[in-house]
Amino acid sequence: MTVRDALNSALDEEMSADPKVFLMGEEVGEYQGAYKISKGLLEKYGPDRVLDTPITEAGFAGIGVGAAYYGLRPIVEFMTFNFSMQAIDHIINSAAKSNYMSAGQINVPIVFRGPNGAAAGVGAQHSQCYAAWFGACPGLKVLAPYSSEDARGLLKAAIRDPDPVVFLENELLYGESFPISAEALDSSFCLPIGKAKIEREGKDVTITAFSKMVGYALKASEILAKEGISAEVINLRSIRPLDTATINASVRKTNRLVTVEEGFPQHGVGAEICASVIEESFIYLDAPVERIAGADVPMPYAANLERMAVPQHSSFELGFCVVVPTKPNQC
Amino acid sequence: MAIWLRRSRSLAHYLKAEIGFWKVPNQRSFLNPCFFNPENSSSTTLTGENYGNPASFLGNSPTLFGSRRFESIKSGREELDLEYENSGHQNQAMDFPGGRISFTSEMKFISESPRERIPCYRVLDYDGLPIMHSSFVEVSKEEALKMFSSMVTLETMDTILYEAQRQGRISFYLTSIGEEAINIATAAALTPHDVVLPQYREPGVLLWRGFTLQEFSNQCFGNKADYGKGRQMPIHYGSNKHNYFTVSSTIATQIPQAVGAAYSLKMDKKDACVVTYFGDGGTSEGDFHAGLNFAAVMEAPVVYICRNNGWAISTPVSQQFRSDGVVVKGKAYGIQSIRVDGNDALAVYSATRAAREMAITEQKPILIEMLTYRVGHHSTSDDSTKYRPVDEIEHWKTARNPISRFRKWVDKNGWWSDKDESELRVNVRKQLLQAIQVAEKAEKPPISNLFTDVYESLPSNLCEQEELLRESIKRHPQDYPSDVPV
Repeated sequence: MTVRDALNSALDEEMSADPKVFLMGEEVGEYQGAYKISKGLLEKYGPDRVLDTPITEAGFAGIGVGAAYYGLRPIVEFMTFNFSMQAIDHIINSAAKSNYMSAGQINVPIVFRGPNGAAAGVGAQHSQCYAAWFGACPGLKVLAPYSSEDARGLLKAAIRDPDPVVFLENELLYGESFPISAEALDSSFCLPIGKAKIEREGKDVTITAFSKMVGYALKASEILAKEGISAEVINLRSIRPLDTATINASVRKTNRLVTVEEGFPQHGVGAEICASVIEESFIYLDAPVERIAGADVPMPYAANLERMAVPQHSSFELGFCVVVPTKPNQC
Repeated sequence: MAIWLRRSRSLAHYLKAEIGFWKVPNQRSFLNPCFFNPENSSSTTLTGENYGNPASFLGNSPTLFGSRRFESIKSGREELDLEYENSGHQNQAMDFPGGRISFTSEMKFISESPRERIPCYRVLDYDGLPIMHSSFVEVSKEEALKMFSSMVTLETMDTILYEAQRQGRISFYLTSIGEEAINIATAAALTPHDVVLPQYREPGVLLWRGFTLQEFSNQCFGNKADYGKGRQMPIHYGSNKHNYFTVSSTIATQIPQAVGAAYSLKMDKKDACVVTYFGDGGTSEGDFHAGLNFAAVMEAPVVYICRNNGWAISTPVSQQFRSDGVVVKGKAYGIQSIRVDGNDALAVYSATRAAREMAITEQKPILIEMLTYRVGHHSTSDDSTKYRPVDEIEHWKTARNPISRFRKWVDKNGWWSDKDESELRVNVRKQLLQAIQVAEKAEKPPISNLFTDVYESLPSNLCEQEELLRESIKRHPQDYPSDVPV
């Protein structure tokens, strides 16, 4: 099942199960979704539940928050999270903080979803990863699926969750197909929020990653396996709350850590993971933690430059050389 | 050729007139922050003095603005109800996305300002007498007395809690002095099922709905009984049971949120609407544009009430927008709008009732611009005498006071007396002082309230942090405030 179909089926099932769930965003209706994630939904549920909005992120995010205040369960789609910047006040100051500020009187069961991070050849204003920005904010839950199972289970969990959830998809993963179990295809399937998944067990080094980078990490671990290094790959799934328990348990087993993300390095997700591991598992570390991240520049457009600005397989090798110096002549 | 000469001569004529126009500070100029106050003819101080008033600023360089603006002013002067002279083309029209438009071969720009400003709906004159032929919704004696005493209560609460801040007993306060008619009369015109999303200068709506002086005080003191659990600064009231959403400091965010809430009401087919308030300053936010635009497109039953009180902290309306106030903006979004004298309780009541009816039966948004004056400072963090004349404030506090105006009407109906007045004021004052004493002495919220409600259920990391905090308190009890329960 492709990630696109996984998301579509999750939306369909949740909208069918709860009449209060509705979808809102630019092009989600007649156009079937800018990336076709909401295909067929307008036809099935009608214009009352699938709303095409004018071009105003601040407007429809605000409307979504207001609808959530008064009992509906909106799913607000941003064409890319880069555009969520225009609505960030509603996401942070209204959605994230209202339950706290109102002392539980106003809860906001809203989901903000859309593609996040780099795509291919879309330049600086369409390529930033916002996981770290939203992950810093108490009151929000932030999820980043990788596989189709992740996409289905996490989106269903997000829609059912009473708290505001930022759901970070990835445009390049939409078309990718993953095997999916019968359990995951069931309409009651749901993944827990705040639990990471160990995609590949290992004993020599822990690699944490989320979204598209999980695929890269798995590929890198195959290469490492040929060198005799067994890597444990953790698919974070949840940026906030971060499953520090799973990460620390893994590091205590392998004694080495490499964090991977596509976003900017400073104040990134990797930085938070490093801090957590150093606070809780310092004596278990045999080597300093290594962060692999995107280049600290706005994303360039030219294909060759763009390639250099995001982690490539070669960056993994460099990362591992630092962390796993078993074969120094390789670096 | 001849036509061209004729036009240029008239251009030159207008140019001379325009330069003259800009040189003389004009009472009616909308550069004057009090320009919706035509009676105030003796206030040369308002334009002459330098309070950062744009009229005085522009007075120094008339030609600059004169030459830039003459073309559109010319069109404004010539324009008569937007009628075009080329009647021969009137029946011809063109299809465009959005509908059929008839065309004209005369190039005419719509004026940026009307010759006359949109008039303001008003029922009572300054003597409390209904103006002849005014249409308004009748108010019973009981309703009128409830409105009047609520206005007095609001004014008293504001005065005393403001003082409490000045005495250092609460950290912050914000008054609605001068806007009591808007606060109470709009609330009176609504039903308890109508959902209210306030800005922050509308505690009167909550007061009308039954929030007690004790409940107000508890929030200001942030004690254990505060419904907000001590999370927010004073005046950020909120109460689900009164259908009044918790005040949020960010300006104008409630405007699109109101549309969302109205959408929810619409889906439920409730006989209720959403009412949201904002000031003149709030209309500059992007959210105002997005919210109104969307409300019209979605046909949401929202009543938008703009309290145009002339000031956004120190920014006068002349620096906030160049339109004829806020009422004209409604039309731009396809929203029916009205301008009301916000200091006339009966006008406010009638207009709000009518707007509510329309919003619910016709399922569409309505915009009401209520003209008033912010008599108090923006908040306790502001001293407005620094940017506006004291006599201007005094004038609005006394001669234009909405409470005394309504009092005159109530008196004339034989429903109130001086004795009733002094009894009411003494009573309210006593109740309030008592409530403040109780609120001040009450315990603060317990430490567990620091961590709850971030999410629906307490996450493990916050549990841990709470544990760590408690341990820390046990180890260093002398550093921990004694009046905060653990």
